[in-house]
Amino acid sequence: MRYAMAVDTKKCVGCSDCVVACQTENKVPIGYCRDWVVEVMDGTYPQLEIEIRSERCNHCENSPCVRCCPTGASHYADGGVVLVTPDECIGCGACIASCPYDARYPHPDGYVDKCTFCLDNRVKKGLDPACVSVCPTKCMYFGDLDDPNSPVSKVLKKRKFKTLIPEAGTQPQLYFLI
Amino acid sequence: MKTNRRQFIKIGALGTGGIALAATTHNWSFAADLVKKYVAGDTAGQRTATYCEVCFWQCAGWVYKDEDGEIQKIIGNEDDPHCNGRFCPRGTGGIGQYHDEDRLKTPLLRTKENGKDVFKAVDWDEALDFIAAKMKGIAEKHGPECIALFTHGSGGAHFGHLLKAFGSQSITAPSFAQCRGPREVGFLTTFGDIIYSPERTDIRDSKCLVLIGSHIGENMHNGQIQEMSDAIDKGATIITVDPRFSTAASKSKFWLPIKPSTDMALLLAWMNVLIENGWYDKDYVERYTYGFEELKAHVQPFTPEWAYGITTIDPNVIRKTAKEMFDASPAVIIHPGRHVTWYGDDTQRLRAVAILNALLGSWGRRGGFYNPEKANVPDFPVPEFPTPKRTPTEAYEGKYNLANEVVSNGICDATIPTPDKNCSFKMWMVNGTNLMAALPNQKQTIDAINALELLVVVDTMPVEITGYADVVLPECTYLERYDMLRKSPHREPNIAVRVPAAQPKYNSKPADWIAKKLAEKLGLDAFFPWKDMEELLDWQLKEIGSSLDEMKRIGVKKFPRTYDDLYFAPGEDVSFNTTTGKIELYSTDMEAEGFDPLPVYTPHEEPAEGFYRLIYGRAPMHTFSRTANNPNLTDLMDENTLWVNPKVAKLWGLEAGQEVKLKNQDGIISTFAIKVRITERIRWDSVYMVHGFGHNNKKLSRAHGRGINDTELITNVKVDPVMGGTGMRSNFVTFITDIYSTENEKKS
Amino acid sequence: MKEELIISGRMNQFIDPTLHIWHWHIPLYLFLGGLSAGILFFAAYFTITGKEDKYPTAVKLAPFLTPVLLSVGLLALLLDLKHKTYFWRLYTTIRIESPMSWGAWTLMVVTPLSFVWSALNIKTLFPNWDWKYKFLYDLEAFFRKNIKPIAWILLIFSLILGVYTGILFSAFNARPLWNTSILGPLFLTSGLSTGAAAIVLLSRNHAERLTFARIDLMLIGIEVFLIIHMFMGFLASTQVHIEAAELFLGGPYTTPFWLFVFTLGLAVPAVLEMLELKKFHLPYWIAPALVIAGGLIFRFLMANAGQASRWLY
Ligand SMILES: Nc1nc2c(c(=O)[nH]1)N[C@H]1C(S)=C(S)[C@@H](COP(=O)(O)OP(=O)(O)OC[C@H]3O[C@@H](n4cnc5c(=O)[nH]c(N)nc54)[C@H](O)[C@@H]3O)O[C@H]1N2
Ligand SMILES: Nc1nc2c(c(=O)[nH]1)N[C@H]1C(S)=C(S)[C@@H](COP(=O)(O)OP(=O)(O)OC[C@H]3O[C@@H](n4cnc5c(=O)[nH]c(N)nc54)[C@H](O)[C@@H]3O)O[C@H]1N2
Ligand code: SF4
Ligand code: SF4
Ligand code: SF4
Ligand code: SF4
Ligand code: SF4
Ligand SMILES: [Mo]
Repeated sequence: MRYAMAVDTKKCVGCSDCVVACQTENKVPIGYCRDWVVEVMDGTYPQLEIEIRSERCNHCENSPCVRCCPTGASHYADGGVVLVTPDECIGCGACIASCPYDARYPHPDGYVDKCTFCLDNRVKKGLDPACVSVCPTKCMYFGDLDDPNSPVSKVLKKRKFKTLIPEAGTQPQLYFLI
Repeated sequence: MKTNRRQFIKIGALGTGGIALAATTHNWSFAADLVKKYVAGDTAGQRTATYCEVCFWQCAGWVYKDEDGEIQKIIGNEDDPHCNGRFCPRGTGGIGQYHDEDRLKTPLLRTKENGKDVFKAVDWDEALDFIAAKMKGIAEKHGPECIALFTHGSGGAHFGHLLKAFGSQSITAPSFAQCRGPREVGFLTTFGDIIYSPERTDIRDSKCLVLIGSHIGENMHNGQIQEMSDAIDKGATIITVDPRFSTAASKSKFWLPIKPSTDMALLLAWMNVLIENGWYDKDYVERYTYGFEELKAHVQPFTPEWAYGITTIDPNVIRKTAKEMFDASPAVIIHPGRHVTWYGDDTQRLRAVAILNALLGSWGRRGGFYNPEKANVPDFPVPEFPTPKRTPTEAYEGKYNLANEVVSNGICDATIPTPDKNCSFKMWMVNGTNLMAALPNQKQTIDAINALELLVVVDTMPVEITGYADVVLPECTYLERYDMLRKSPHREPNIAVRVPAAQPKYNSKPADWIAKKLAEKLGLDAFFPWKDMEELLDWQLKEIGSSLDEMKRIGVKKFPRTYDDLYFAPGEDVSFNTTTGKIELYSTDMEAEGFDPLPVYTPHEEPAEGFYRLIYGRAPMHTFSRTANNPNLTDLMDENTLWVNPKVAKLWGLEAGQEVKLKNQDGIISTFAIKVRITERIRWDSVYMVHGFGHNNKKLSRAHGRGINDTELITNVKVDPVMGGTGMRSNFVTFITDIYSTENEKKS
Repeated sequence: MKEELIISGRMNQFIDPTLHIWHWHIPLYLFLGGLSAGILFFAAYFTITGKEDKYPTAVKLAPFLTPVLLSVGLLALLLDLKHKTYFWRLYTTIRIESPMSWGAWTLMVVTPLSFVWSALNIKTLFPNWDWKYKFLYDLEAFFRKNIKPIAWILLIFSLILGVYTGILFSAFNARPLWNTSILGPLFLTSGLSTGAAAIVLLSRNHAERLTFARIDLMLIGIEVFLIIHMFMGFLASTQVHIEAAELFLGGPYTTPFWLFVFTLGLAVPAVLEMLELKKFHLPYWIAPALVIAGGLIFRFLMANAGQASRWLY
């Protein structure tokens, strides 16, 4: 099993519903976030183009954050999802410094937090992650890459995609349809 | 109070009573917290049906609580055709409205303390007794018609009912003359029917969607954005006409970067191309329309080359896009937009949009405009309302005869007494509309307010308009109350229910309770014969074969259509609700009122040297000014920025993130400064900002002083003679880079 | 024009616009670790080579500093932790891939040994010291008998500690400036150099001072070589690495680095030490003080600039 997510940059409008839905679903404290939205605009008026991406932890297959964690708090869970166990985390910040995507943040309670792919609270109950299920443009796809019929497998077969900073060697599992 | 000039009440001006009451309120809520903790029991996963009030799309959803019994999240109702189980960011963040600790907490009464106006916290009885006494006095002296209700949102039903029972029909909303009015009148005069909300646009099956200024994607009206995304998936062509590279433009096959205020020329040129090339639905036009020959002759001179000189749009692009529309027809939508009060000739522009749709045969066709149907729910029986001696339209005598709703600015103007007016308004009740942000020309609004004997404001937040009130009534949020059933027209008739998920916080009350209580004090009990909302709703629901219990369980209920008439049947004979019974390309109504029966292009004002056209729009995370203090949504965006083209920035030496103030053509300087965003996404003749920021009520701890309120710079208002709409985009601003010296300049 | 912006989210004060998760604690901790490693290395080395009497400061006196330095360093680390009460979790597992982990374990070995070492030499400071209890005397005797193996352990672990202070950073691929294998040897060299400088400062013995000045001079030479190598490596690498190097080559860190670290912390002391060796008599403490200050500033600059360097995407 290999969980992955794909975001369609051609449909995403940058509304940030994914951000606020993650906050309310996962009780991310106000002033923090597990996902965020980036807009890249290029060109000169009126020859312009925009790419909009909803970003979060890439649940890297080769993740530096897991490697550098001194306590094992950061670990691979089911389906390759990278999680942090709050009770094992000492808040040293090593994983924050190690993530090329800046996907982690120190939770005000001291431990380090980040996107969980909503593994325990939703995915294991057969639901899509909160951000995926709320997105008004339905531009996010989630599922198991080992299952050829999962929404994410199907869309990756059909569309061109990219990952972020592939040269960092982290093997991200967050795909952007282009 | 009548003779006094009203002082805007600022923070700290809370009377002594207020402090005492605020303290007790605090204790009360602390006790409530304890109760919640120990009595609530297992609340995790509990859900309550509601429909969203953060904007007027009114999506139905479920409110969920966490283990502590606290409201945690709102999720869309899967069965709801408005949202299909997905809320927009504002709806998802709607819980912030409930949690906002800056909310209005108790009724406030304007009093004088040491010669200064202050608010005194009072209890509900005192506040409502005061209002009732005043209302009776005004009714005796001037007649009940001299009371007007400005309202936006669900509370309008309750207060409107009260006002009608009292004897006034002057009920108005900014969603007409500041918003949809021109499009409804433009389509009414053409097709004999309006667009409604949610719009009857069949976007999900459209093959070509043309957006004229309509910035879906930033305008987050949920069904529209969802269906636009479906259409993208199905490979529909999107054509966007906008001087700004909007999000929708970035998703479009064609972006037409039009010079602002010149859309009419483009629309006429499109008609010209369609007709000249025979690219129109000949059968449809022949069968259903009136005045084609006149139209053909009328648009003959308006070639793409002619339009190029006006709009700066390449003539080939005009032809190519016209062909795209024709190829997709009748599954094509020239979108009517929603906020369309731009330049004062807006009804005519929307007439042009309607005519284009008629030529392409999209009205009544799949992928064009469907025929919506509304659930038929009976009203709870009440005595007949008294007939007012004056209708509201008499306030703006002889003007705006084609307006199909009451014109807010018409009421506002009529409130300012002049020798020729026999009776102007003496009291306003303002519910759920921050007139200082919604109505342009703030001075006019303030002059009108100063002429009132009583201003009652019902709101959830201490906003600008509450500062002018004599009585402020704190309404609880939509998550804490019942409201009337939602029964908006859609493909399938449907209803949705709103049930309180929590007790009202502080000393706030729902509008239905306020209206009923006030009615009792006015001796109008007979008009409010129900015990409470549960009884009222249950009665209504049982009449249509449901019940409140069922609705609490399902939230949304759909009904079968009465007729199979979502679209016209092929070759069907259709009678339109116009004078000629046809789709009036040539409008007899317009002609009868002395307006151009066929739309004509008129040039609009242009910015002077050193000035830039001020255009504004929506950000997906906010609704007007009402969400600017919402803790969840300010987390996403906490101020607006001023979009400036790099060329302009260079000319003025502006740097990204620099704060500037703006001065408009009438010398009005913005209260606050705004950060510059240098971006290619905006033309060099315009600047852009998101509407709804720049709050100056200090009690809004997150919103105060963040960004600029575009409304204060909109002083040049182009009123649409057809229906009274306030054209707001003929205002021009220049930069003030030394933001501190201007503050002095303003003070002195 | 290219415009790249975060529309929403990422209201994370520790991440944007650049990472600043680590403040003064970590660079101080690394500096103190490196300095202690340097001192203990020399103490162990000259014990193993049997030159205790020739270099009394290095072997006996200077190591007294290390329990203090290491404790302060560990305290800084503890203060830096945001979930402090879970500190003990560091010692429930050994994670070879995590420099933080083996750093913690290395300190777990080195710190007690630094106490032992000081205890064995306590009489150099307090000639009348009395252990009071017999078992303490027994313990002292036990350690003294095994001084050679202990010195060997110390030698190895002080080298590991020195390298670790650099590897902690260089393990972070995500920060291009840290992403160089030179950082390990470089920080080790710098640590040894500050250790040697500390010995010079403390030593009352002219010959010992001269020896360590000579050692320090050599270490400074290696350091300069490594620094030049590091920048050349960056400049020959990808765009992000070039940009990282540019933080020091024209960017905001240029002046502090080239003035305080390179000139005052390396070049000037090197010249002074050369003059010293050529028998010019200058106040002997200037050169080592500059070396130590330079080493400290170097850690701070690398910590901050590293956090400011990032991948662009
Ligand atoms: N300059 C400028 N003016 C505009 C527009 C623009 O884009 N620019 N847009 C125009 C358009 S399209 C429209 S539709 C109008 C919208 O105009 P309004 O609907 O008046 O918009 P808001 O400024 O959000 O004011 C809403 C008020 O309702 C309060 N409120 C929110 N929820 C509740 C509730 O449940 N109960 C009660 N009692 N009060 C509540 C909020 O606190 C706020 O004070 O504005 C129009 N005016
Ligand atoms: N997130 C969010 N969504 C909302 C609302 C909200 O408050 N927040 N409000 C809702 C309401 S009530 C309404 S009425 C709608 C309004 O939404 P729309 O009807 O889409 O709004 P407009 O004001 O017509 O559109 C603003 C756009 O017009 C462009 N524009 C400016 N001048 C011109 C011009 O001269 N010609 C052309 N072609 N374009 C021009 C601007 O660049 C901007 O992109 O949004 C609704 N949706
Ligand atoms: S909710 Fe969907 S459309 Fe909105 S920003 Fe997130 S991914 Fe994009
Ligand atoms: S994105 Fe960052 S936090 Fe997520 S797995 Fe990869 S390295 Fe770790
Ligand atoms: S902060 Fe926590 S999760 Fe991150 S590396 Fe340190 S212990 Fe591991
Ligand atoms: S997958 Fe879950 S945790 Fe991750 S960003 Fe989406 S909602 Fe948040
Ligand atoms: S569109 Fe958004 S804000 Fe409007 S009603 Fe629906 S969920 Fe609420
Ligand atoms: Mo509107």
